[in-house]
Amino acid sequence: MDLQNQQRTKEAADKYNKDDILVILGTADVDGTGIYAETVTQGDPTYAGPLSGVPLGLPVYHILDPAIKKEADPQAWEEHISMMEMVLDGEALTKAAADMREQYGKSTL
Amino acid sequence: MSGIAGKKLILIGERDGVPGLAMAKVFEGSDAEVVFAATECFV
Repeated sequence: MDLQNQQRTKEAADKYNKDDILVILGTADVDGTGIYAETVTQGDPTYAGPLSGVPLGLPVYHILDPAIKKEADPQAWEEHISMMEMVLDGEALTKAAADMREQYGKSTL
Repeated sequence: MSGIAGKKLILIGERDGVPGLAMAKVFEGSDAEVVFAATECFV
């Protein structure tokens, strides 16, 4: 995750109750999803950014997780996300985020 | 009650996946607040 987004995530976690925060990823591949999810739960695995050694434990989901899709506006989903939904492996991406969330995250939906 | 009602959303998209702003659009009418939406790209 780039350094700026790590910083913004850290600031949000400082500002708000962590239990109220939900991180949603739109990543395209399983490895990237795992790394992003690890960054917001366990800390930056590359030790390059502001979240190095900072285990925020935030709840993290992939946008294609059915639990997230059901919260979205169906018409907007059709317009903005459905095309990528056909291309991406939603099940694998959902699992990649869930594995990290269940291992290191502190709360879920 | 919505599962994301009252939540603070951090939306981190990807250029080759789902962009942050596309995700923000689908939650516009929800009771959740988007803290920030970003789109990263790998080169």
